[in-house]
Amino acid sequence: MESLIEFISQPWHWAVSGAAIASLMFIMLYAGEKFGVSTSFETICSMGGAGKRVELFNYDWKTQAWILVFLTGAAIGGFLGSTVFQSPEPVQISQSTIDYLNSVGVATPQSKAEGLGFVPRDIFNFSTLASLKGIIIMVVGGFFIGFGTRWAKGCTSGHAISGLSNLQLPSLVAVIGFFIGGLVMTHLLLPIILKL
Amino acid sequence: MKNIKFLFFGILFGIIMTKSEAVSWYRIQEMFRFESFHMYGIIGTAVVLGALGIFLMKKMGLTSYEGKPLKLQAKEMQVKRLLFGGTIFGLGWAMTGACPGPLYTLVGHGVWVIFVIIASGVFGAYVYGALRHKLPH
Repeated sequence: MESLIEFISQPWHWAVSGAAIASLMFIMLYAGEKFGVSTSFETICSMGGAGKRVELFNYDWKTQAWILVFLTGAAIGGFLGSTVFQSPEPVQISQSTIDYLNSVGVATPQSKAEGLGFVPRDIFNFSTLASLKGIIIMVVGGFFIGFGTRWAKGCTSGHAISGLSNLQLPSLVAVIGFFIGGLVMTHLLLPIILKL
Repeated sequence: MKNIKFLFFGILFGIIMTKSEAVSWYRIQEMFRFESFHMYGIIGTAVVLGALGIFLMKKMGLTSYEGKPLKLQAKEMQVKRLLFGGTIFGLGWAMTGACPGPLYTLVGHGVWVIFVIIASGVFGAYVYGALRHKLPH
């Protein structure tokens, strides 16, 4: 058992991760649902009674309750992955990304004491929320995720993984959009935002 | 109780997302800067194996365990909607370093401030719902 935990705890090779994601998608299809996460934002709106004012949310949210159960599981899985199956080292990114991030003032954890390398702690915390930088990255960023995924009717799981696997051309258009936005943000806007 | 299996699938999802490091803000930066193959390897492998699997599932006429057709509806080609909505999502993805699934996974990492991003995402979805008749699709 201990060696199994140790085995799972190493950082996974990308091919292993990709195969695991594809397998999970097959299981979800067999279970009678689709592999797509962003519908959850809509489900939460519907659960909160938004259907009274906006017809998009006017449906019985209980038909979508499975996705909230799934996401509760995602949080539990995140807990297990970052504790029981914690990697021996922080996330190892390329030296050029490290150099760039350091040049714009973002610390990159080299030891576990500095962080596990998932989120930059000095940006993603409650005190940063009081700054313009924090508001833009977290509040505006979150808004864009919810607004954009509902407009495009899907996110990375629904379009990039499920849609492309099902050879859906519309999903390819959506993924092109994801990259236009991602590249503009990463190369043009974020360097400015990070220095605020 | 019918939904309890999705709790288990969600746990798998959270572990996979964490161990693959796809929930790492640093990995997303690296991906959009084209400085590592890691994320492209993950998505590429998932799509190639996924396409092969779905092709075989269709070919064998596989149904869900309850005998219903697999949820593989064709997506509508609405270029404006996909491109504009996709671009807005991309901006948010690169800022927060997380797409919707990873947001919930990161809550499990104990990054409580992620709840603010999720709440903002729900609000964004609401505003889309309220404005959608005025937006190009």
